Amino acid sequence: MTTFVELLLGGLSMGAVYALIALGFVVIFKATEVVNFAHASLLLAGGYLTAVLHDDLGFWGALAVGIAGAAVVGAAVEFLVMRRYRGSDHSVLAIVTIGVDILLVTELTRRIGTRVLSPGDPWGDKVATFGPISLAHTRIAALLAAALLITAFLLAFRYTSWGVAMRAAAENPQTAALMGVRLGRVSLSAWAVAGALAAVAALFLTVFPTPGLERATSLAAMKAFPAAILGGLDSTTGALAGGLIVGVVESLATGYQGDLSFLGRGIGDLAPYLVMVAVLLIRPAGLFGTKETARV
Amino acid sequence: MGSPRSSSGSPPGALEVRGLSVGYGPVRALRGVTLDVPAGSVVAVLGGNGAGKSTLLRAVSRTLRHHGGAVAEGSVSYDGRDLHGTSAARVVAAGLVQVPEGRQVFARMTVADNLRAGALGASGGRAAAKRAQARVHDLFPVLADRAHQRAGLLSGGEQQMLALGRALMSDPRLLLLDEPSLGLAPLMAARIAETVRRINADGTSVLLVEQNAALALRLATTAYVLDVGEVALHGPAAELAASDEVRRRYLGVVDETAAEDADRAEAGAPTLSRWTV
Repeated sequence: MTTFVELLLGGLSMGAVYALIALGFVVIFKATEVVNFAHASLLLAGGYLTAVLHDDLGFWGALAVGIAGAAVVGAAVEFLVMRRYRGSDHSVLAIVTIGVDILLVTELTRRIGTRVLSPGDPWGDKVATFGPISLAHTRIAALLAAALLITAFLLAFRYTSWGVAMRAAAENPQTAALMGVRLGRVSLSAWAVAGALAAVAALFLTVFPTPGLERATSLAAMKAFPAAILGGLDSTTGALAGGLIVGVVESLATGYQGDLSFLGRGIGDLAPYLVMVAVLLIRPAGLFGTKETARV
Repeated sequence: MGSPRSSSGSPPGALEVRGLSVGYGPVRALRGVTLDVPAGSVVAVLGGNGAGKSTLLRAVSRTLRHHGGAVAEGSVSYDGRDLHGTSAARVVAAGLVQVPEGRQVFARMTVADNLRAGALGASGGRAAAKRAQARVHDLFPVLADRAHQRAGLLSGGEQQMLALGRALMSDPRLLLLDEPSLGLAPLMAARIAETVRRINADGTSVLLVEQNAALALRLATTAYVLDVGEVALHGPAAELAASDEVRRRYLGVVDETAAEDADRAEAGAPTLSRWTV
């Protein structure tokens, strides 16, 4: 039972981090209908900035620069690349993001090399114990930070003018333009927000118990894809639910690996994708995705 | 006739379209269209499908490029300022707002959020948006009652009210209406027409594009007839309503009964307009 609760809490914490990544993914998709395959590279960029700057700026300064930096990278990708292709088919744009991803990841892995960079976080490997349950400080911090950011984001999405513009543009860009919504700005802000969220996620993907930022970190970020897809690509609630599901499933599958040995080793890495496939079989649009229905 | 009270304190701001030609790629949709919307007036543009009516509105609202079109020649100016090169957002801020054909409410958003979206392009700020909302709720009480419902669940007529209300949220000086009566029951179309008249009486000019010629000619002071991208006829709405060609082509009136029907149309009971056939 203790193991189960520990795994569950750990899974929720990782899931919240995946939800941050998935949320950025969904925001870009909603605002521009582009599936952003460059998301992992935004994350790596944010994580890299935090990791290399924390000696000079201190952890919080480095984190702030990392977040701002990833937002700028995201905005730059939108402004310098995506905008040139505006009006093209969405699948063309998705392929363009693959190109951007390859460029950014190649450059960042070249810079990282074989090193494992510490994010320089203040939590280290401290573990808190609540009765029989022990939980790493980093996991508690991840859970709290992600919950805070997601709440702030959802409130902004719902109540601010930015959120209204975003939702209007997502639903019907031509009509939103008639209302005076600047579609370019909406898309730019979506990329920037996605970058910023990814940078925070990068931090929590590289803290204890993982060794630090390395080349493979962008692969860990890939787990947010099944999260976004199983939740429904165009649903912020879906990103949240999808992230948590992926985190918990991964954590439980890894934790109970011994009991699942008939499935072979490494089922934890595979589990998110299995869940995604199972969900899509039953609900092709994802858990909260909108089906293509409209009243005419 | 529903003639607008343009004489007393009419706001500055006239729309002038001069020799406008618009193409979608190689396809010409408008050819040398010249049109005026004086401040405070209601001007109707009639014409069948594909006559270029919507294209004309898009050229004014600067949203042609979202539809793959571009102005080939000619100019559109408002308040004496050429709109060429301005963004759609600037046009809205200048006080020109288009209500798109088919209503196009944001179906997944609430009625209240739809109205908020309408205020996004306004230059007035929060207080102005509040005033505009009070006015919209006054014009369409149903929008206040259903504020928290999803717009997609409204009826067609209510959606048209929402589309109109949303456009009014930025307190426009010129409304561009694209087929407001499309797909509405006659009673609802008449209500929308009545509202357009009220909006105009409050000082907003209206450029009305309609297939429902009977309704449009009753609302407008001046009317233009577009035919395959060119202005075929224009003049005072009353004159056009009486002209044989318009009656035959857009009012569906056969010549013998023309005079009789004209009288009935005047009385506000159009028996032979499109939606009653």
